[in-house]
Amino acid sequence: MGTLLTTPVVPGTAPLRGTRGRRPLRRDGRAGWLFLAPTLIVLGLFMVLPILMALWVSVSDWTGNGSPFSSRVNFVGGDNYAALLAEPGLTRQNFATSVRNNGYFVVFVVPLQTAFALFLALVLHQKKLKGRQFFRTAFYFPTVTSSVAISVVFLFLFSSTGTVNAALKLFGVDGPSWFADPRGIFHLAFGDPANPPAALAGHGFLGLSWWDWLAGPSVAMCSIIVLVVWTSTGGFMLMFYAALQNLPPSVDEAALIDGATPWQRFWRVTLPQLRPTLFLVLTLGLIGTWQVFDQVYVLSRGNPANTTLTPAYLSYSTSFIGHQWGQGAAIAFLLFVVIVAFTLVQRWALRERR
Amino acid sequence: MKKRRLGYAVLLLVAALYIYPFLIQLATAFKTDADATANPLLPWPRQWSVSVFRTLAEQDFPRWAANSVFVSVTITVGRVVFDSLAGYALSRLRFRGRNGVFGAVLAVIAVPSVVLLIPKFLVLNQLGMYDSYSGMIIPLLVDGAGVFIMKQFFDTVPVSVEEAARIDGAGPLRTFWSVVLPMSKPALITVTILSFQGSWNELPHYIVSRQDPALNTLTSGVASLVSGELGQGNQFPLKLAAALLMTVPVAIVYFVFSRRFTQGTYEGVDK
Repeated sequence: MGTLLTTPVVPGTAPLRGTRGRRPLRRDGRAGWLFLAPTLIVLGLFMVLPILMALWVSVSDWTGNGSPFSSRVNFVGGDNYAALLAEPGLTRQNFATSVRNNGYFVVFVVPLQTAFALFLALVLHQKKLKGRQFFRTAFYFPTVTSSVAISVVFLFLFSSTGTVNAALKLFGVDGPSWFADPRGIFHLAFGDPANPPAALAGHGFLGLSWWDWLAGPSVAMCSIIVLVVWTSTGGFMLMFYAALQNLPPSVDEAALIDGATPWQRFWRVTLPQLRPTLFLVLTLGLIGTWQVFDQVYVLSRGNPANTTLTPAYLSYSTSFIGHQWGQGAAIAFLLFVVIVAFTLVQRWALRERR
Repeated sequence: MKKRRLGYAVLLLVAALYIYPFLIQLATAFKTDADATANPLLPWPRQWSVSVFRTLAEQDFPRWAANSVFVSVTITVGRVVFDSLAGYALSRLRFRGRNGVFGAVLAVIAVPSVVLLIPKFLVLNQLGMYDSYSGMIIPLLVDGAGVFIMKQFFDTVPVSVEEAARIDGAGPLRTFWSVVLPMSKPALITVTILSFQGSWNELPHYIVSRQDPALNTLTSGVASLVSGELGQGNQFPLKLAAALLMTVPVAIVYFVFSRRFTQGTYEGVDK
């Protein structure tokens, strides 16, 4: 996720066409391809070719021995996809669990980090603020720090005898043993985790009962949610901040003269102007949160009770630990579809209404 | 007036939430195991201990650090050279297929990196590069985002400078090397910083491109340290010290170039 957050993405950049008139296109041909050769080779070999190869592996029964192109490897059609989506069994149940976990992760992280980032940007944007650079540096630092290092720090903060529980104890609260607690927070809030109602426990979808679908993020997942919101807010804050700097002050001043309250000015004047940035932040947030891997790998490896399992980690563990390479590749493609689908839905939801 | 004071209070509270974990990390690295467990809130050690640093120095940690330095420096050099070459070609050289290549680079940036993990292993394995430095380094030698940054920068450089050199008979490579590159310091520094930070912090690629412990980088090594030794007590000071040491190089770069990070990276993102 780190690289993603520091990657400037410009949506809808128009291709450069005829910027300098109609000179013969072929003049620099040899030099052009020579300059591009390293880039094309590396991106071709390690971005394009892998996708094609994984497409083949996802419809094969390759188990990791020898070449996936050898004659002992068979074409199995959609079997790997069917095992994940259709056939009753552990594979389907694990996949459904990972989608549920990541779904709750997205639902909590994206709004929290977006709202928090916007809030901090608005506070930093105030006129005559002292120490602006200090605050900006402090809030952004976690974003440039290694996800592994941050995860190790949070392992300590959220350990059962760690900093968070010690702080909670000051207020008389007995904290949970965070990373070992598989109980869903909706179960804890609205029901008895040990006694599910039969109507929900008896029926389900994709091998997971409705009761399990409705569990909410587990306590363990909540600590990862806190970690990720804490880490990524700074980057998004800078995006909102840069956008706020670029807004013409005259519009806000006009609203001020018209007697609009600060609340009205934010909702009616500032926020509509921030729409492109909001779109960018939500899109990057959605893409990033569906890919959560590093933190799960370092902190929990999907435990406890599979409640921090995510599709990205499941794809890794199915392949490298379970040696079911076809299924692992199939999960990667399904994850890709999920990310593209959510980006499109979100683009549609935030479209300009005119 | 009241409003501003509230603003400061909020900012200081949030700043505390952002800085305190690092203070705790720093302090715990110098605590004993018992002290760390007994006083997790205290931002200084009851009794100072540097034993974990000695332990780290005696274990594989120096090897991981050397690997991280070697891999990240190589990747950074490669990205600066190849990204600027490609960015220049896409911005300045005129040839058939240029717009197509630029579109392809933009498409590649958009592919979620985690989706490529298993696929990347498949290719490395097929090419016989799995479990080697080349497999760890070469796939990361170019990054689409860096190519994009360089191209955007070259687009803003006035053409007249180069045309003078071209009229004097300099070829594209010579013009690029001795006229354009010296003018491109800001963009080159940005790509250098982002490449170093990105490759230093990279974890997933070093998980799927190797399994030999001797090839562990700091990220994959510290990750194995955390999950591998649950049986031997918590050893939090050791783990936090390892995490602290691996943060130092990026922290130095960050605080030296902090303005470039907090301004340059996002400037023009959504204009």
